[in-house]
Amino acid sequence: MNASAYNFAYLDEQTKRMIRRAILKAIAIPGYQVPFASREMPMPYGWGTGGVQVTAAILGPDDVLKVIDQGSDDTTNAISIRKFFAKTAGVATTTSTEDATVIQTRHRIPEAPLHAGQVLVYQVPIPEPLRFLEPRETETRRMHALGEYGLMHVKLYEDIARFGHIATSYAYPVKVNARYVMDPSPTPKFDNPKMDDCPALQLFGAGREKRIYAIPPHTTVVSLDFEDHPFTRYRFDAPCALCGADDTYLDEIVRDDQGSRMFVCSDTDYCEGRQAAGHRGTESAAPHKERAHG
Amino acid sequence: MTPMIEISHAEKTFTMHLQGGIELPVVRGVSFHVDAGECVVLSGPSGAGKSSILKMIYGNYRCDGGRIGIRHQGAVIDLARAEPRQVLGVRRSTIGYVSQFLRAVPRVPTIDVVAEPLIANGVAREEARECAGRLLRRLNIPERLWRLPPSTFSGGEQQRVNIAHGFISEYPILLLDEPTASLDAANRSVVVELIEEKKRKGVAMVAIVHDDEIRQLIADRIIDVTAFAAAA
Amino acid sequence: MAEPLTGNDEPLLVAEGLAKNYGRLIACRDISFALYPGEVLAVVGESGSGKSTLLQLLSAQLAPSAGRVSYRMRDGVLRDLASLGEAERRFLFRTDWGFVHQDPAQGLRMAVSAGANVGERLMAVGWNHYGRIRKAASSWLERVEIEVSRIDDVPRTYSGGMRQRLQIARNLVTEPRLVFMDEPTGGLDVSVQARLLDLMRNLVSELGLAAIIITHDLAVARLLSHRVMVMKGGQVIETGLTDQVLDDPREPYTQLLVSSILPP
Repeated sequence: MNASAYNFAYLDEQTKRMIRRAILKAIAIPGYQVPFASREMPMPYGWGTGGVQVTAAILGPDDVLKVIDQGSDDTTNAISIRKFFAKTAGVATTTSTEDATVIQTRHRIPEAPLHAGQVLVYQVPIPEPLRFLEPRETETRRMHALGEYGLMHVKLYEDIARFGHIATSYAYPVKVNARYVMDPSPTPKFDNPKMDDCPALQLFGAGREKRIYAIPPHTTVVSLDFEDHPFTRYRFDAPCALCGADDTYLDEIVRDDQGSRMFVCSDTDYCEGRQAAGHRGTESAAPHKERAHG
Repeated sequence: MTPMIEISHAEKTFTMHLQGGIELPVVRGVSFHVDAGECVVLSGPSGAGKSSILKMIYGNYRCDGGRIGIRHQGAVIDLARAEPRQVLGVRRSTIGYVSQFLRAVPRVPTIDVVAEPLIANGVAREEARECAGRLLRRLNIPERLWRLPPSTFSGGEQQRVNIAHGFISEYPILLLDEPTASLDAANRSVVVELIEEKKRKGVAMVAIVHDDEIRQLIADRIIDVTAFAAAA
Repeated sequence: MAEPLTGNDEPLLVAEGLAKNYGRLIACRDISFALYPGEVLAVVGESGSGKSTLLQLLSAQLAPSAGRVSYRMRDGVLRDLASLGEAERRFLFRTDWGFVHQDPAQGLRMAVSAGANVGERLMAVGWNHYGRIRKAASSWLERVEIEVSRIDDVPRTYSGGMRQRLQIARNLVTEPRLVFMDEPTGGLDVSVQARLLDLMRNLVSELGLAAIIITHDLAVARLLSHRVMVMKGGQVIETGLTDQVLDDPREPYTQLLVSSILPP
């Protein structure tokens, strides 16, 4: 039921084949950034053009698509991309992590464990983890080729020297399959351990930078660190105000201009699932009652 | 006696390319030897080539001909034909040179300037400094100056630092270029003492000294270099 | 002048018949020499004499048109640099070799703290303990006379002389055996130069470093080097012990160079 003016999933078959070749190569060399001929997409760079192209190349008519933006299924960006594929590919969409076969994400990995057969597609703004310190692409490619990753530790060293601990809290560099150092896209480092030995296939697409990379299922993914400053996860030290979860990644919501705020799960599907199962947080009392006492 | 230095038919000519390539012959047919424990003084009027001969023995000036045999680590090496590294080896362990002028690195304290030859030969820094201190005291350099670089010193003080630097090592050959110039009587006699001590240790010395009195005190033999004059 | 520490008789680096042409322009021609462990060689000459090209040839940054450069690796084997893979060559560059640029901004990471600048080579060879890396960096800052309290400052906040000393520390932290220096004191005030020269001289003799120093400043050559090569028009026109060449120059061009220095 895709609109007849479009090829299935918007991209023409030649382009999809080209992208699939890049994806296959990326899977064969975990963590390696494969260049591809990124196309113009009907959305601006920075809105997920890389992720959308990867999704378009792997979608089949039977797939069930979920799109999240910062963990949320209902932001403009997530809704637009979901609608885009509903319209151009006619695939079923969902907000349920469990039910989805393809999940396109910006900046989060869902809280619910992924399972075999699922594909997680990341939108990546800057794929090169060494870019922070080495502006020359020719040089960073050589460093990857030769496995020269001292520079990555320079970045972590700078963090500790400045803040007393590794302050990098997102886009925290990882080493994939004991070979390539990779930028996991701007996901919070809280999510890094989920990439390790993950049963799902993880694909990364950077549209503007024209790179695709991948972590095949059950691949070792290690966050870089120092012996005396080991990698640690970070989350706000609070339970979710809506579902009471104390092991999820939280968003801070500012509620007024008096400085009052609350913390809620960034993964809306997970949070709603918990609430439906009867879990409650401090802010989940019926709102009508509060209003009545006004 | 073992000859420590054996020079035969050494010669030196400067070609001054900037002055239209004129040739300036300095010395020719330089031949003499110096035994261990002997001090040979070169004499002759100024410009006769005394300093040039000293510099040729040190490998500082290159010879245009002849041979400069130096007993170095049990063998004789011809400095006129030696590789740069061999010359450096000879300077490191065999020949010491006390020049008229001190050429010290800016900023280095006097005590370290003097101690340096010992340190370069592997003596521990503290021990080398102690040794340097003893020599400086003998040469009447007040202790309060030891931490200062010698470039701030008077000419006579610099000269004495230079002597300390030259005499501190156990070189079997010493070349002395006006070691007592610009020194007062007291310090001159200290230098004469130092030379005597070196002789007793079997050091072979070649010296240039203008002061007749000193020359008589230290010279075992006097060689008149005008015999080697090369001027056409 | 510092003396070489060892009487090691095996050369560390050997250049044989090195040449480099750019089309018909000859940058270097028929250059051969051997450098021994602990030996400091100064290459002097005016701009355009080919000395910078020579430095690039010797440090394997440029392929020669003819001839070769061999280096004795840490395992004692003398190997043609052209036969090394890129990984090996780069490994040499961050372990056994140092390269001090005239402009410290080229040799430093200007946006990264002094500590990380010094620590980078250690991290590159697998050091993975922040405390130990920092300790090594502090001790090197001390050795090059930079206050340890400046360890977290970026070199942009340093004076020219401090930057150059930091660059030296960054290079020496892995205890290389050979350091290439390209006009290391160029662009510094005279007083700052003197301090730097003194420091380099001490480090070179304490560590028994071999060095190849490109300079147009004969005073630098006199203070730091054992041996001098004088270059003109891409050729070595005179070579010998530093004091021999400077006190008894033979070639017309060398005499001109020497006579052009103001007396001290």
